[in-house]
Amino acid sequence: MSNTTIVELQQAEKKYQGVTAVHQLNLELRQGEVLGLFGHNGAGKTTTIKLILGLIGATSGQVRVFGQDPTHSDARNLRSKLGFLQENVSFYDQLTGLEVLQYFARLKGVAKKNCPDLLQQVGLSDAAKRRVKTYSKGMRQRLGLAQALLGDPKLLLLDEPTVGLDPIATQDFYGRIDTLKQRGCTVILCSHVLPGVEKYIDRALIMGHGKLLAEGSINDLRHQANLPATFHLQGSNLALPETLAAQVHKDQIGTHLKVPLQDKMKTLQQLVNLPGLENMDIHLPSLEDLYTHFIDTHNGLEAAL
Amino acid sequence: MNAVFAVANKEFHDGLRNRWVLSICIIFAVLAIGLAYFGAAAAGKVGFTSLSSTIVSLASLAVFIIPLIALMLAYDGIVGEDENGTLLLLMTYPLSRWQLLLGKMLGQGLVMAFSTVIGFGSSAIMVGLFSDTTSWSELIAPYTVFILSAVLLGWIFIAIAYVISTSVSEKSKAAGIALIIWFLFVLVFDLGLLGLLVGTQGNVDETLFPYLLLLNPTDIFRLVNITYFAEQNLTGLLAIAQQTQFSLLSLFAGLLVWLLLPVTLALTIFNRRGL
Repeated sequence: MSNTTIVELQQAEKKYQGVTAVHQLNLELRQGEVLGLFGHNGAGKTTTIKLILGLIGATSGQVRVFGQDPTHSDARNLRSKLGFLQENVSFYDQLTGLEVLQYFARLKGVAKKNCPDLLQQVGLSDAAKRRVKTYSKGMRQRLGLAQALLGDPKLLLLDEPTVGLDPIATQDFYGRIDTLKQRGCTVILCSHVLPGVEKYIDRALIMGHGKLLAEGSINDLRHQANLPATFHLQGSNLALPETLAAQVHKDQIGTHLKVPLQDKMKTLQQLVNLPGLENMDIHLPSLEDLYTHFIDTHNGLEAAL
Repeated sequence: MNAVFAVANKEFHDGLRNRWVLSICIIFAVLAIGLAYFGAAAAGKVGFTSLSSTIVSLASLAVFIIPLIALMLAYDGIVGEDENGTLLLLMTYPLSRWQLLLGKMLGQGLVMAFSTVIGFGSSAIMVGLFSDTTSWSELIAPYTVFILSAVLLGWIFIAIAYVISTSVSEKSKAAGIALIIWFLFVLVFDLGLLGLLVGTQGNVDETLFPYLLLLNPTDIFRLVNITYFAEQNLTGLLAIAQQTQFSLLSLFAGLLVWLLLPVTLALTIFNRRGL
Protein backbone atom coordinates (compact mmCIF):
# COMPACT_ATOMS: atom_id res chain seq x y z
CA MET A 1 0.00 0.00 0.00
CA SER A 2 1.53 3.32 -0.95
CA ASN A 3 0.80 6.80 0.29
CA THR A 4 -0.85 8.14 -2.83
CA THR A 5 -4.38 9.21 -2.09
CA ILE A 6 -6.70 7.96 -4.81
CA VAL A 7 -10.11 8.94 -3.48
CA GLU A 8 -10.84 11.72 -1.05
CA LEU A 9 -14.22 12.85 0.22
CA GLN A 10 -14.42 15.81 2.55
CA GLN A 11 -17.75 16.54 4.20
CA ALA A 12 -19.36 15.40 0.98
CA GLU A 13 -23.10 15.72 1.06
CA LYS A 14 -25.75 14.91 -1.52
CA LYS A 15 -29.34 16.02 -1.40
CA TYR A 16 -32.08 14.91 -3.76
CA GLN A 17 -35.03 17.30 -3.71
CA GLY A 18 -34.63 17.99 -0.02
CA VAL A 19 -33.87 14.41 0.95
CA THR A 20 -30.30 13.93 2.10
CA ALA A 21 -28.93 10.74 0.55
CA VAL A 22 -25.43 11.16 1.95
CA HIS A 23 -24.60 13.17 5.09
CA GLN A 24 -21.21 14.89 5.35
CA LEU A 25 -19.10 11.90 4.50
CA ASN A 26 -15.36 11.82 5.00
CA LEU A 27 -13.35 9.16 3.29
CA GLU A 28 -9.79 8.72 2.21
CA LEU A 29 -8.55 5.83 0.13
CA ARG A 30 -4.94 5.12 -0.64
CA GLN A 31 -3.48 3.28 -3.56
CA GLY A 32 -3.78 -0.49 -3.25
CA GLU A 33 -6.40 -0.35 -0.56
CA VAL A 34 -9.51 -2.52 -0.68
CA LEU A 35 -12.51 -0.91 0.95
CA GLY A 36 -15.76 -2.65 1.73
CA LEU A 37 -18.75 -0.34 1.66
CA PHE A 38 -21.68 -1.91 3.45
CA GLY A 39 -25.21 -0.89 4.17
CA HIS A 40 -28.86 -1.62 3.56
CA ASN A 41 -30.65 -0.62 0.43
CA GLY A 42 -31.01 3.13 0.57
CA ALA A 43 -28.13 3.54 3.00
CA GLY A 44 -26.33 5.84 0.58
CA LYS A 45 -23.85 3.36 -0.90
CA THR A 46 -24.85 3.87 -4.50
CA THR A 47 -24.97 7.64 -4.07
CA THR A 48 -21.44 7.53 -2.62
CA ILE A 49 -20.27 5.51 -5.60
CA LYS A 50 -21.94 7.91 -8.01
CA LEU A 51 -20.22 10.82 -6.29
CA ILE A 52 -16.85 9.14 -6.70
CA LEU A 53 -17.59 8.30 -10.32
CA GLY A 54 -18.52 11.91 -10.99
CA LEU A 55 -21.95 10.89 -12.26
CA ILE A 56 -23.47 13.35 -9.82
CA GLY A 57 -22.01 16.39 -8.12
CA ALA A 58 -21.92 16.84 -4.35
CA THR A 59 -24.44 19.34 -2.98
CA SER A 60 -21.74 20.52 -0.60
CA GLY A 61 -18.28 19.38 0.43
CA GLN A 62 -15.54 18.11 -1.78
CA VAL A 63 -14.88 15.00 -3.83
CA ARG A 64 -11.45 14.30 -5.29
CA VAL A 65 -10.52 11.30 -7.42
CA PHE A 66 -6.92 11.02 -8.61
CA GLY A 67 -6.61 14.54 -7.21
CA GLN A 68 -9.32 15.99 -9.45
CA ASP A 69 -12.97 16.84 -9.26
CA PRO A 70 -14.57 13.87 -11.05
CA THR A 71 -17.52 15.89 -12.35
CA HIS A 72 -15.22 18.34 -14.09
CA SER A 73 -15.00 17.87 -17.85
CA ASP A 74 -11.19 17.64 -17.65
CA ALA A 75 -11.60 14.54 -15.51
CA ARG A 76 -13.10 12.63 -18.42
CA ASN A 77 -9.72 11.28 -19.43
CA LEU A 78 -9.20 9.95 -15.92
CA ARG A 79 -12.12 7.67 -16.51
CA SER A 80 -10.00 5.36 -18.64
CA LYS A 81 -8.18 4.51 -15.39
CA LEU A 82 -11.44 3.62 -13.77
CA GLY A 83 -13.48 0.43 -13.77
CA PHE A 84 -17.09 0.22 -12.69
CA LEU A 85 -19.51 -2.63 -12.34
CA GLN A 86 -23.01 -1.71 -11.34
CA GLU A 87 -25.77 -3.78 -9.93
CA ASN A 88 -28.11 -5.46 -12.41
CA VAL A 89 -26.60 -4.33 -15.64
CA SER A 90 -28.14 -6.17 -18.57
CA PHE A 91 -25.98 -5.01 -21.51
CA TYR A 92 -27.10 -5.45 -25.09
CA ASP A 93 -29.06 -8.66 -25.49
CA GLN A 94 -28.68 -8.93 -29.22
CA LEU A 95 -24.88 -8.74 -29.18
CA THR A 96 -22.51 -11.56 -28.28
CA GLY A 97 -20.41 -11.34 -25.14
CA LEU A 98 -17.32 -10.66 -27.20
CA GLU A 99 -19.03 -7.91 -29.20
CA VAL A 100 -20.24 -6.20 -26.04
CA LEU A 101 -16.74 -6.25 -24.60
CA GLN A 102 -15.23 -5.01 -27.86
CA TYR A 103 -17.66 -2.11 -27.95
CA PHE A 104 -16.70 -1.06 -24.44
CA ALA A 105 -13.02 -1.59 -25.22
CA ARG A 106 -13.27 0.77 -28.15
CA LEU A 107 -14.97 3.41 -26.03
CA LYS A 108 -12.24 3.08 -23.43
CA GLY A 109 -9.47 3.17 -26.02
CA VAL A 110 -8.32 -0.37 -25.25
CA ALA A 111 -7.10 -2.62 -28.08
CA LYS A 112 -9.66 -5.18 -29.24
CA LYS A 113 -7.17 -8.02 -29.03
CA ASN A 114 -7.29 -7.88 -25.22
CA CYS A 115 -10.93 -8.87 -25.18
CA PRO A 116 -10.75 -12.66 -25.68
CA ASP A 117 -8.10 -12.80 -22.97
CA LEU A 118 -10.27 -10.91 -20.50
CA LEU A 119 -13.23 -13.15 -21.27
CA GLN A 120 -11.04 -16.12 -20.55
CA GLN A 121 -10.01 -14.61 -17.22
CA VAL A 122 -13.62 -14.36 -16.11
CA GLY A 123 -14.42 -17.81 -17.49
CA LEU A 124 -16.57 -16.78 -20.41
CA SER A 125 -14.43 -18.06 -23.28
CA ASP A 126 -16.92 -20.75 -24.23
CA ALA A 127 -19.78 -18.30 -24.30
CA ALA A 128 -17.90 -15.49 -26.09
CA LYS A 129 -19.71 -16.07 -29.38
CA ARG A 130 -23.13 -16.48 -27.84
CA ARG A 131 -25.65 -13.70 -27.56
CA VAL A 132 -25.90 -12.04 -24.17
CA LYS A 133 -29.62 -12.81 -24.28
CA THR A 134 -28.80 -16.45 -23.54
CA TYR A 135 -26.54 -15.61 -20.56
CA SER A 136 -27.44 -16.50 -17.00
CA LYS A 137 -27.29 -13.87 -14.28
CA GLY A 138 -23.88 -15.05 -13.16
CA MET A 139 -22.54 -14.90 -16.70
CA ARG A 140 -23.79 -11.36 -17.16
CA GLN A 141 -22.13 -10.47 -13.90
CA ARG A 142 -18.85 -11.93 -15.13
CA LEU A 143 -19.17 -10.06 -18.40
CA GLY A 144 -19.70 -6.93 -16.34
CA LEU A 145 -16.57 -7.71 -14.43
CA ALA A 146 -14.58 -8.22 -17.63
CA GLN A 147 -15.84 -4.84 -18.76
CA ALA A 148 -14.74 -3.23 -15.49
CA LEU A 149 -11.28 -4.76 -15.85
CA LEU A 150 -10.72 -3.30 -19.33
CA GLY A 151 -7.56 -1.25 -19.62
CA ASP A 152 -5.99 -2.25 -16.31
CA PRO A 153 -7.89 0.19 -14.08
CA LYS A 154 -6.28 1.96 -11.13
CA LEU A 155 -9.57 2.35 -9.33
CA LEU A 156 -12.31 -0.26 -9.34
CA LEU A 157 -15.81 0.38 -8.03
CA LEU A 158 -17.86 -2.76 -7.78
CA ASP A 159 -21.49 -2.62 -6.73
CA GLU A 160 -22.74 -6.01 -5.54
CA PRO A 161 -20.12 -7.85 -7.58
CA THR A 162 -20.83 -11.33 -6.29
CA VAL A 163 -24.61 -11.35 -6.69
CA GLY A 164 -25.53 -14.31 -8.83
CA LEU A 165 -22.09 -15.90 -8.65
CA ASP A 166 -21.79 -19.46 -7.39
CA PRO A 167 -19.45 -20.07 -4.41
CA ILE A 168 -16.53 -21.15 -6.57
CA ALA A 169 -16.89 -18.18 -8.89
CA THR A 170 -17.12 -15.95 -5.82
CA GLN A 171 -13.85 -17.33 -4.46
CA ASP A 172 -12.35 -16.86 -7.89
CA PHE A 173 -13.57 -13.31 -7.96
CA TYR A 174 -12.08 -12.45 -4.56
CA GLY A 175 -8.82 -14.05 -5.67
CA ARG A 176 -8.79 -11.72 -8.64
CA ILE A 177 -9.38 -8.71 -6.40
CA ASP A 178 -6.33 -9.77 -4.43
CA THR A 179 -4.20 -9.95 -7.56
CA LEU A 180 -5.37 -6.50 -8.63
CA LYS A 181 -4.54 -5.15 -5.21
CA GLN A 182 -1.01 -6.51 -5.53
CA ARG A 183 -0.71 -4.59 -8.77
CA GLY A 184 -1.61 -1.38 -6.97
CA CYS A 185 -5.25 -1.18 -7.90
CA THR A 186 -7.57 0.48 -5.41
CA VAL A 187 -10.88 -1.31 -4.99
CA ILE A 188 -14.21 -0.32 -3.50
CA LEU A 189 -16.53 -3.25 -2.91
CA CYS A 190 -20.09 -2.28 -2.29
CA SER A 191 -22.40 -4.89 -0.91
CA HIS A 192 -25.07 -5.99 1.48
CA VAL A 193 -24.12 -9.63 1.05
CA LEU A 194 -21.23 -10.09 3.38
CA PRO A 195 -20.10 -13.68 4.05
CA GLY A 196 -16.61 -14.42 2.86
CA VAL A 197 -15.59 -10.88 2.10
CA GLU A 198 -13.73 -10.19 5.39
CA LYS A 199 -10.45 -11.73 4.33
CA TYR A 200 -10.15 -9.61 1.25
CA ILE A 201 -10.85 -6.11 2.50
CA ASP A 202 -8.46 -3.83 4.35
CA ARG A 203 -11.15 -1.62 5.70
CA ALA A 204 -14.89 -1.64 6.09
CA LEU A 205 -17.24 1.26 6.05
CA ILE A 206 -20.73 0.69 7.33
CA MET A 207 -23.41 3.12 6.25
CA GLY A 208 -27.00 3.60 7.29
CA HIS A 209 -29.47 6.33 6.34
CA GLY A 210 -26.77 8.19 4.46
CA LYS A 211 -24.53 8.40 7.50
CA LEU A 212 -21.28 6.73 8.36
CA LEU A 213 -22.00 4.31 11.21
CA ALA A 214 -18.59 2.72 11.63
CA GLU A 215 -15.27 2.61 9.88
CA GLY A 216 -12.06 0.66 10.28
CA SER A 217 -10.43 -2.72 9.81
CA ILE A 218 -12.36 -5.77 10.96
CA ASN A 219 -10.30 -5.80 14.16
CA ASP A 220 -10.98 -2.14 14.85
CA LEU A 221 -14.65 -2.73 14.33
CA ARG A 222 -14.66 -5.72 16.67
CA HIS A 223 -13.17 -3.62 19.39
CA GLN A 224 -15.52 -0.72 18.71
CA ALA A 225 -18.51 -2.99 18.82
CA ASN A 226 -17.27 -4.87 21.86
CA LEU A 227 -19.22 -7.96 20.89
CA PRO A 228 -18.41 -11.15 22.80
CA ALA A 229 -16.59 -14.18 21.49
CA THR A 230 -18.81 -17.26 21.67
CA PHE A 231 -17.56 -20.71 22.66
CA HIS A 232 -19.72 -23.63 21.57
CA LEU A 233 -18.99 -26.53 23.90
CA GLN A 234 -20.01 -30.16 23.55
CA GLY A 235 -19.56 -32.86 26.14
CA SER A 236 -21.24 -34.54 29.09
CA ASN A 237 -21.46 -33.22 32.63
CA LEU A 238 -19.47 -30.12 31.97
CA ALA A 239 -18.52 -28.44 35.20
CA LEU A 240 -17.57 -24.94 34.26
CA PRO A 241 -15.48 -22.81 36.59
CA GLU A 242 -17.58 -20.44 38.62
CA THR A 243 -16.15 -17.35 37.00
CA LEU A 244 -17.59 -18.49 33.67
CA ALA A 245 -20.81 -20.14 34.78
CA ALA A 246 -22.75 -16.88 34.76
CA GLN A 247 -22.24 -16.36 31.03
CA VAL A 248 -23.47 -19.79 30.01
CA HIS A 249 -26.52 -20.59 27.98
CA LYS A 250 -27.59 -24.21 27.37
CA ASP A 251 -29.75 -25.77 24.66
CA GLN A 252 -30.10 -29.11 22.84
CA ILE A 253 -27.05 -28.53 20.69
CA GLY A 254 -24.73 -27.88 23.59
CA THR A 255 -23.43 -25.27 25.89
CA HIS A 256 -22.75 -21.76 24.68
CA LEU A 257 -20.46 -19.44 26.49
CA LYS A 258 -20.10 -15.75 25.74
CA VAL A 259 -17.04 -13.88 26.97
CA PRO A 260 -15.60 -10.46 26.13
CA LEU A 261 -13.13 -10.57 23.26
CA GLN A 262 -10.16 -9.60 25.39
CA ASP A 263 -10.81 -12.62 27.68
CA LYS A 264 -10.74 -15.04 24.77
CA MET A 265 -7.29 -16.53 25.41
CA LYS A 266 -7.77 -16.70 29.15
CA THR A 267 -11.05 -18.54 28.76
CA LEU A 268 -9.55 -20.86 26.20
CA GLN A 269 -6.86 -21.92 28.65
CA GLN A 270 -9.45 -22.53 31.33
CA LEU A 271 -11.57 -24.63 29.03
CA VAL A 272 -8.94 -26.80 27.38
CA ASN A 273 -8.52 -29.05 30.39
CA LEU A 274 -12.17 -29.13 31.34
CA PRO A 275 -13.18 -32.72 32.17
CA GLY A 276 -15.74 -34.25 29.81
CA LEU A 277 -15.25 -31.69 27.03
CA GLU A 278 -15.47 -33.45 23.66
CA ASN A 279 -15.57 -30.62 21.18
CA MET A 280 -15.27 -26.86 21.11
CA ASP A 281 -15.91 -24.21 18.44
CA ILE A 282 -14.97 -20.59 18.81
CA HIS A 283 -17.01 -18.01 17.00
CA LEU A 284 -15.59 -14.52 16.71
CA PRO A 285 -17.92 -11.71 15.75
CA SER A 286 -18.10 -11.85 11.96
CA LEU A 287 -18.52 -8.87 9.71
CA GLU A 288 -22.17 -9.82 9.51
CA ASP A 289 -22.51 -9.65 13.32
CA LEU A 290 -20.71 -6.33 13.37
CA TYR A 291 -22.89 -5.01 10.60
CA THR A 292 -26.06 -6.04 12.42
CA HIS A 293 -24.70 -4.58 15.64
CA PHE A 294 -23.92 -1.18 14.15
CA ILE A 295 -27.19 -0.95 12.27
CA ASP A 296 -29.17 -1.97 15.37
CA THR A 297 -27.30 0.45 17.61
CA HIS A 298 -28.01 3.22 15.16
CA ASN A 299 -31.67 2.30 14.87
CA GLY A 300 -31.87 2.10 18.68
CA LEU A 301 -30.43 5.60 18.96
CA GLU A 302 -32.86 6.89 16.36
CA ALA A 303 -35.76 5.31 18.20
CA ALA A 304 -34.58 6.78 21.51
CA LEU A 305 -34.46 10.29 20.08
CA MET B 1 -14.46 12.06 -32.44
CA ASN B 2 -13.45 8.42 -32.22
CA ALA B 3 -16.03 7.85 -29.49
CA VAL B 4 -18.81 9.31 -31.68
CA PHE B 5 -17.90 6.89 -34.47
CA ALA B 6 -17.66 3.95 -32.09
CA VAL B 7 -21.21 4.60 -30.93
CA ALA B 8 -22.46 5.29 -34.47
CA ASN B 9 -20.83 2.11 -35.71
CA LYS B 10 -22.59 0.06 -33.06
CA GLU B 11 -25.94 1.67 -33.78
CA PHE B 12 -25.62 1.01 -37.50
CA HIS B 13 -24.69 -2.61 -36.92
CA ASP B 14 -27.60 -2.94 -34.51
CA GLY B 15 -29.78 -1.66 -37.34
CA LEU B 16 -28.45 -4.35 -39.65
CA ARG B 17 -28.74 -7.04 -37.02
CA ASN B 18 -32.26 -6.17 -35.93
CA ARG B 19 -33.36 -6.26 -39.58
CA TRP B 20 -34.32 -2.60 -39.38
CA VAL B 21 -32.29 -1.80 -42.47
CA LEU B 22 -33.74 -4.73 -44.37
CA SER B 23 -37.33 -3.98 -43.35
CA ILE B 24 -37.11 -0.29 -44.20
CA CYS B 25 -35.47 -1.07 -47.56
CA ILE B 26 -38.24 -3.52 -48.44
CA ILE B 27 -41.05 -1.19 -47.32
CA PHE B 28 -39.64 1.72 -49.32
CA ALA B 29 -38.88 -0.37 -52.38
CA VAL B 30 -42.31 -2.02 -52.46
CA LEU B 31 -43.97 1.33 -51.92
CA ALA B 32 -41.96 3.08 -54.60
CA ILE B 33 -42.08 0.35 -57.21
CA GLY B 34 -45.74 -0.32 -56.54
CA LEU B 35 -46.67 3.33 -56.95
CA ALA B 36 -44.61 3.66 -60.10
CA TYR B 37 -46.26 0.66 -61.70
CA PHE B 38 -49.78 0.64 -60.29
CA GLY B 39 -50.12 4.36 -59.66
CA ALA B 40 -52.56 4.75 -62.52
CA ALA B 41 -54.66 1.75 -61.57
CA ALA B 42 -57.45 4.01 -60.38
CA ALA B 43 -57.65 5.42 -63.89
CA GLY B 44 -57.97 1.88 -65.24
CA LYS B 45 -54.40 1.61 -66.48
CA VAL B 46 -51.55 -0.59 -65.36
CA GLY B 47 -47.98 0.18 -66.21
CA PHE B 48 -45.48 2.90 -65.45
CA THR B 49 -47.21 6.22 -65.05
CA SER B 50 -45.74 9.63 -65.55
CA LEU B 51 -42.73 10.44 -63.45
CA SER B 52 -44.29 13.50 -61.87
CA SER B 53 -47.40 11.76 -60.64
CA THR B 54 -45.27 8.87 -59.36
CA ILE B 55 -43.06 11.13 -57.29
CA VAL B 56 -45.89 13.30 -56.01
CA SER B 57 -47.93 10.31 -54.87
CA LEU B 58 -44.80 8.70 -53.46
CA ALA B 59 -44.11 11.87 -51.47
CA SER B 60 -47.61 11.97 -50.07
CA LEU B 61 -47.29 8.38 -48.89
CA ALA B 62 -43.74 8.74 -47.64
CA VAL B 63 -44.77 11.72 -45.56
CA PHE B 64 -46.79 9.36 -43.38
CA ILE B 65 -44.43 6.45 -43.22
CA ILE B 66 -40.98 8.04 -42.91
CA PRO B 67 -41.71 9.94 -39.68
CA LEU B 68 -43.32 6.82 -38.24
CA ILE B 69 -40.32 4.64 -39.04
CA ALA B 70 -37.84 7.22 -37.75
CA LEU B 71 -39.73 7.65 -34.49
CA MET B 72 -39.97 3.89 -33.99
CA LEU B 73 -36.28 3.47 -34.75
CA ALA B 74 -35.04 6.05 -32.28
CA TYR B 75 -37.60 6.67 -29.53
CA ASP B 76 -35.85 4.39 -27.02
CA GLY B 77 -32.30 5.46 -27.91
CA ILE B 78 -31.55 7.08 -24.56
CA VAL B 79 -34.38 5.96 -22.32
CA GLY B 80 -33.80 2.34 -23.39
CA GLU B 81 -30.14 2.49 -22.37
CA ASP B 82 -31.22 4.07 -19.11
CA GLU B 83 -33.65 1.26 -18.37
CA ASN B 84 -30.96 -1.29 -19.24
CA GLY B 85 -28.52 0.30 -16.85
CA THR B 86 -26.03 0.79 -19.66
CA LEU B 87 -26.46 4.57 -19.72
CA LEU B 88 -25.03 4.82 -16.22
CA LEU B 89 -22.17 2.55 -17.21
CA LEU B 90 -21.44 4.45 -20.43
CA MET B 91 -21.25 7.69 -18.48
CA THR B 92 -18.39 6.25 -16.42
CA TYR B 93 -16.44 5.78 -19.65
CA PRO B 94 -14.26 8.46 -21.21
CA LEU B 95 -17.26 9.53 -23.25
CA SER B 96 -19.19 12.75 -22.91
CA ARG B 97 -22.91 13.02 -23.22
CA TRP B 98 -22.88 14.89 -26.51
CA GLN B 99 -20.61 12.25 -28.00
CA LEU B 100 -23.02 9.49 -27.03
CA LEU B 101 -26.06 11.35 -28.31
CA LEU B 102 -24.48 12.45 -31.59
CA GLY B 103 -23.06 8.96 -32.12
CA LYS B 104 -26.47 7.41 -31.68
CA MET B 105 -28.16 9.92 -33.98
CA LEU B 106 -25.43 9.49 -36.56
CA GLY B 107 -25.68 5.69 -36.50
CA GLN B 108 -29.45 5.65 -36.78
CA GLY B 109 -29.31 8.47 -39.30
CA LEU B 110 -27.11 6.22 -41.41
CA VAL B 111 -29.58 3.37 -41.06
CA MET B 112 -32.31 5.68 -42.31
CA ALA B 113 -30.20 7.18 -45.12
CA PHE B 114 -28.91 3.83 -46.30
CA SER B 115 -32.37 2.27 -46.40
CA THR B 116 -33.91 5.29 -48.10
CA VAL B 117 -31.27 5.36 -50.82
CA ILE B 118 -31.49 1.61 -51.43
CA GLY B 119 -35.29 1.40 -51.14
CA PHE B 120 -36.28 4.37 -53.25
CA GLY B 121 -33.19 4.11 -55.43
CA SER B 122 -34.18 0.62 -56.48
CA SER B 123 -37.50 1.99 -57.68
CA ALA B 124 -35.66 4.62 -59.72
CA ILE B 125 -33.60 1.88 -61.33
CA MET B 126 -36.70 -0.21 -62.09
CA VAL B 127 -38.40 2.74 -63.72
CA GLY B 128 -35.24 3.53 -65.70
CA LEU B 129 -34.91 -0.04 -66.91
CA PHE B 130 -38.50 -0.92 -67.70
CA SER B 131 -40.42 2.24 -68.44
CA ASP B 132 -40.74 3.19 -72.10
CA THR B 133 -41.85 6.73 -71.41
CA THR B 134 -39.20 7.85 -68.94
CA SER B 135 -35.54 8.16 -69.83
CA TRP B 136 -32.63 7.94 -67.44
CA SER B 137 -31.79 11.61 -67.78
CA GLU B 138 -35.28 12.72 -66.81
CA LEU B 139 -35.19 10.38 -63.89
CA ILE B 140 -32.08 11.29 -62.00
CA ALA B 141 -32.84 14.82 -60.84
CA PRO B 142 -36.37 14.29 -59.46
CA TYR B 143 -35.39 11.07 -57.68
CA THR B 144 -32.31 12.76 -56.21
CA VAL B 145 -34.43 15.59 -54.87
CA PHE B 146 -36.98 13.14 -53.54
CA ILE B 147 -34.43 10.85 -51.87
CA LEU B 148 -32.47 13.74 -50.38
CA SER B 149 -35.57 15.31 -48.89
CA ALA B 150 -36.76 11.90 -47.67
CA VAL B 151 -33.43 11.31 -45.89
CA LEU B 152 -33.65 14.75 -44.29
CA LEU B 153 -37.21 14.10 -43.19
CA GLY B 154 -36.09 10.82 -41.61
CA TRP B 155 -33.24 12.56 -39.79
CA ILE B 156 -35.55 15.29 -38.51
CA PHE B 157 -37.84 12.73 -36.94
CA ILE B 158 -34.91 10.75 -35.52
CA ALA B 159 -33.79 13.97 -33.83
CA ILE B 160 -37.35 14.60 -32.60
CA ALA B 161 -37.40 11.05 -31.26
CA TYR B 162 -34.26 11.86 -29.27
CA VAL B 163 -35.89 14.94 -27.79
CA ILE B 164 -38.58 12.58 -26.51
CA SER B 165 -36.10 9.89 -25.48
CA THR B 166 -33.94 12.28 -23.46
CA SER B 167 -36.91 13.90 -21.69
CA VAL B 168 -38.73 10.89 -20.28
CA SER B 169 -37.74 8.17 -17.83
CA GLU B 170 -39.78 5.26 -19.16
CA LYS B 171 -39.65 3.58 -22.53
CA SER B 172 -43.41 3.09 -22.75
CA LYS B 173 -43.96 6.77 -22.12
CA ALA B 174 -41.51 7.63 -24.89
CA ALA B 175 -43.42 5.35 -27.26
CA GLY B 176 -46.72 7.02 -26.37
CA ILE B 177 -45.36 10.51 -26.86
CA ALA B 178 -43.75 9.50 -30.15
CA LEU B 179 -47.13 8.35 -31.41
CA ILE B 180 -48.76 11.62 -30.43
CA ILE B 181 -45.98 13.64 -32.07
CA TRP B 182 -46.44 11.67 -35.26
CA PHE B 183 -50.19 12.22 -35.17
CA LEU B 184 -49.73 15.96 -34.57
CA PHE B 185 -47.24 16.58 -37.34
CA VAL B 186 -48.66 14.29 -39.97
CA LEU B 187 -52.41 14.65 -39.49
CA VAL B 188 -53.54 17.25 -36.97
CA PHE B 189 -51.42 20.12 -38.23
CA ASP B 190 -52.85 20.03 -41.75
CA LEU B 191 -56.36 19.51 -40.47
CA GLY B 192 -55.87 22.50 -38.21
CA LEU B 193 -54.77 24.66 -41.10
CA LEU B 194 -57.72 23.49 -43.17
CA GLY B 195 -59.97 24.22 -40.25
CA LEU B 196 -58.49 27.69 -40.06
CA LEU B 197 -59.23 28.26 -43.73
CA VAL B 198 -62.77 26.98 -43.54
CA GLY B 199 -63.49 28.66 -40.22
CA THR B 200 -62.43 32.07 -41.52
CA GLN B 201 -64.08 31.33 -44.87
CA GLY B 202 -60.80 31.78 -46.62
CA ASN B 203 -60.34 35.14 -45.03
CA VAL B 204 -56.71 34.50 -44.03
CA ASP B 205 -53.89 36.65 -45.18
CA GLU B 206 -52.83 34.95 -48.38
CA THR B 207 -49.21 35.94 -48.04
CA LEU B 208 -48.97 34.61 -44.51
CA PHE B 209 -50.62 31.30 -45.08
CA PRO B 210 -47.88 29.52 -47.05
CA TYR B 211 -45.42 30.42 -44.34
CA LEU B 212 -47.51 28.56 -41.82
CA LEU B 213 -46.67 25.41 -43.76
CA LEU B 214 -43.00 25.95 -42.90
CA LEU B 215 -43.88 25.27 -39.30
CA ASN B 216 -44.25 21.60 -40.13
CA PRO B 217 -41.31 19.65 -41.58
CA THR B 218 -43.63 17.15 -43.26
CA ASP B 219 -45.25 19.98 -45.20
CA ILE B 220 -41.86 21.31 -46.22
CA PHE B 221 -41.02 17.84 -47.49
CA ARG B 222 -44.17 17.80 -49.57
CA LEU B 223 -43.51 21.29 -50.85
CA VAL B 224 -40.01 20.28 -51.94
CA ASN B 225 -41.33 17.49 -54.10
CA ILE B 226 -44.24 19.46 -55.45
CA THR B 227 -42.16 22.52 -56.19
CA TYR B 228 -40.05 20.34 -58.38
CA PHE B 229 -43.11 19.45 -60.43
CA ALA B 230 -44.71 22.83 -60.37
CA GLU B 231 -46.71 22.13 -63.46
CA GLN B 232 -48.79 19.63 -61.50
CA ASN B 233 -52.38 20.48 -60.75
CA LEU B 234 -52.52 20.56 -57.03
CA THR B 235 -55.49 20.35 -54.78
CA GLY B 236 -55.83 21.04 -51.11
CA LEU B 237 -53.61 23.05 -48.88
CA LEU B 238 -50.52 22.88 -50.97
CA ALA B 239 -52.24 24.60 -53.88
CA ILE B 240 -52.26 27.73 -51.80
CA ALA B 241 -48.62 27.52 -51.10
CA GLN B 242 -47.96 27.21 -54.77
CA GLN B 243 -48.83 30.83 -55.26
CA THR B 244 -45.95 31.84 -53.10
CA GLN B 245 -43.13 30.02 -54.74
CA PHE B 246 -40.46 28.96 -52.30
CA SER B 247 -37.24 28.08 -54.05
CA LEU B 248 -36.04 24.52 -53.73
CA LEU B 249 -32.97 25.79 -51.95
CA SER B 250 -34.91 27.72 -49.33
CA LEU B 251 -37.10 24.67 -48.69
CA PHE B 252 -34.03 22.51 -48.14
CA ALA B 253 -32.68 25.19 -45.83
CA GLY B 254 -35.98 24.99 -43.97
CA LEU B 255 -35.52 21.25 -43.55
CA LEU B 256 -31.99 21.79 -42.25
CA VAL B 257 -33.27 24.28 -39.68
CA TRP B 258 -35.85 21.70 -38.69
CA LEU B 259 -33.02 19.19 -38.24
CA LEU B 260 -30.79 21.46 -36.17
CA LEU B 261 -33.59 22.52 -33.85
CA PRO B 262 -34.40 19.11 -32.30
CA VAL B 263 -30.72 18.07 -32.33
CA THR B 264 -29.82 21.11 -30.23
CA LEU B 265 -32.84 20.63 -28.02
CA ALA B 266 -32.05 16.95 -27.43
CA LEU B 267 -28.44 17.80 -26.53
CA THR B 268 -29.57 20.47 -24.07
CA ILE B 269 -32.10 18.20 -22.42
CA PHE B 270 -29.68 15.27 -22.28
CA ASN B 271 -27.04 17.41 -20.59
CA ARG B 272 -29.50 18.20 -17.83
CA ARG B 273 -30.76 14.67 -17.42
CA GLY B 274 -30.08 13.18 -14.01
CA LEU B 275 -28.56 9.76 -13.58
